Amino acid sequence: MAHSNSDAGAYARWNPGRKQGEPMVKYSIFTIARNAMTSHKNWPRQWRSPEPKPEYDVIIIGGGGHGLATAYYLAKEHGVTNVAVLEKGWLGGGNTARNTTIVRSNYLWDESAAIYEKSLQLWEGLSQDINYNVMLSQRGVLNLAHNLGDVREGVRRVNANRLNGVDAEWLDADGVKEFCPIINISKSARHPVLGATLQRRGGVARHDSVAWGFARAADARGVDIIQNCEVTGILRDGGKVTGVETSRGTIKAKKVAMVTAGHSSVVANMAGLRLPVESHPLQALVSEPIKPVINCVVMSGAVHVYVSQSDKGELVMGAGVDAFNSYGQRGSFHVIEHQLGACLELFPIFSRVRMMRSWGGIVDVCPDASPIISKTPVEGLYINCGWGTGGFKATPGSGWAFAHTVAKDEPHPLNAPFSLQRFETGALIDEHGAAAVAH
Amino acid sequence: MLYIDCPWCGKRNETEFHYGGEAHIARPEDPSALSDEQWADFLFMRKNLKGPYAERWCHSNGCRRWFNVIRNTVSHEILAVYKMGETPPDLGPKKGEGV
Ligand SMILES: Cc1cc2nc3c(=O)[nH]c(=O)nc-3n(C[C@H](O)[C@H](O)[C@H](O)COP(=O)(O)OP(=O)(O)OC[C@H]3O[C@@H](n4cnc5c(N)ncnc54)[C@H](O)[C@@H]3O)c2cc1C
Ligand SMILES: [Zn+2]
Repeated sequence: MAHSNSDAGAYARWNPGRKQGEPMVKYSIFTIARNAMTSHKNWPRQWRSPEPKPEYDVIIIGGGGHGLATAYYLAKEHGVTNVAVLEKGWLGGGNTARNTTIVRSNYLWDESAAIYEKSLQLWEGLSQDINYNVMLSQRGVLNLAHNLGDVREGVRRVNANRLNGVDAEWLDADGVKEFCPIINISKSARHPVLGATLQRRGGVARHDSVAWGFARAADARGVDIIQNCEVTGILRDGGKVTGVETSRGTIKAKKVAMVTAGHSSVVANMAGLRLPVESHPLQALVSEPIKPVINCVVMSGAVHVYVSQSDKGELVMGAGVDAFNSYGQRGSFHVIEHQLGACLELFPIFSRVRMMRSWGGIVDVCPDASPIISKTPVEGLYINCGWGTGGFKATPGSGWAFAHTVAKDEPHPLNAPFSLQRFETGALIDEHGAAAVAH
Repeated sequence: MLYIDCPWCGKRNETEFHYGGEAHIARPEDPSALSDEQWADFLFMRKNLKGPYAERWCHSNGCRRWFNVIRNTVSHEILAVYKMGETPPDLGPKKGEGV
């Protein structure tokens, strides 16, 4: 929820704790204790809500996790603080807070393993780094194998992961049952469980906290976070970017970074660029809260199930994408039905659990199921997109690498392979089969 | 679920169909004459429009024929159905909602 602070009185009422320009309060046991004495009524707002300045060094379009992480690392790693993040809605209104929060780094190819592992390492220190509890829970991620092809693929991926320094183990069916006791490993199942890869360092994190934590940490370093500000045009002069047109007026900028996930094609089109991206609905759903039954994350590419249990006790499940292109932020019921059928076979114990809510996000899918973190043919214009169904886990690593790309006007070795040019050179990074369900 | 009007069979549930992506992408006459950039454009780059979008569908569990649809990618409303090889109809002001 954004608000105008032109009326100082209104701002003070809105935000009783923190005035514009006042330093951020560090969260600790002492500040919790102090605020307990005033019944937690005086916590300051977590970030300012400034009016846009006429000009910035860098404008980031899109206030999802990736855009906010980019802003944070621009400020922290590169000292670039004259930065605005422009978000058309509210922070965390996009895929950041619609996803099933699976975090892992066990991708097949070297290029992917390197950037997702960088991301996982950043996750491991993130709560300390940004002084915000992102509730990373490294409870282990299982990727199930249901046929001989899956088994070979899984064992191969375990070996590839180990060579890349990514923790990985292969479990046979009994090992899977031991790790996740409620799973059905009956041989007569329609899709029997023959084994699974396990990444113990994988798990889940709290999605809203990621957006809010990065926003607060970026704001504390001087970044302006401007919500309810839709970019409607990208201004250029002789092949060079000069700023953006927005619903709140023209804002000039030396550099512009597009990080708009499902809307990447729409925004890139404002600068005359075509992308190899298609937008699809992807749905997730949660059950009523139940007692703890599943202590890890279980994913299955073949039958398209992924499930974990939230701290509140809800089963969090994801479905597949709808086949058609869409910007409608909702998916079809038959997709959920298909997913739940397979889920019940794996977990018969869930058969009487009621599902409470379902929703959809719009994911931007590349033909090789790998992202784009790249310069563009327009000078000073950068793009980060194509994370499709699996970019939440990449949030810190993506922001870190993209910040480097924007600050130095050249990619970091970690994201150099993920350029737009790869679709011309043919150096695709095909994670489609490799990563199975790419969440 | 969409309810799609196959030009041969009439209205059927979406689960009888397969999606074929953007329509009217003509295969280049002479592929070897194309630059890498032009080939990438043909192969990978897509309009991915928000709003009315011309796309292909195949009635794979029915007559197995391909045809074109114009569908609003925000409301999912189907605005026109027409056969392969036909030019897209002029929708006039009927663009669908929510664009
Ligand atoms: C149901 C579902 C489940 C998923 N599960 C997982 C998972 O388990 N693990 C995983 O790793 N990934 C998962 N993902 C994928 C992950 O959510 C995305 O890859 C990632 O969140 C995308 O990056 P983002 O957070 O920056 O996107 P977003 O949060 O979507 O941010 C993009 C922002 O850009 C803004 N924007 C768009 N156009 C404009 C404009 N013109 N002007 C200003 N702002 C604009 C949008 O409002 C939005 O806030 C899932 C996605 C979905 C939908
Ligand atoms: Zn038919």
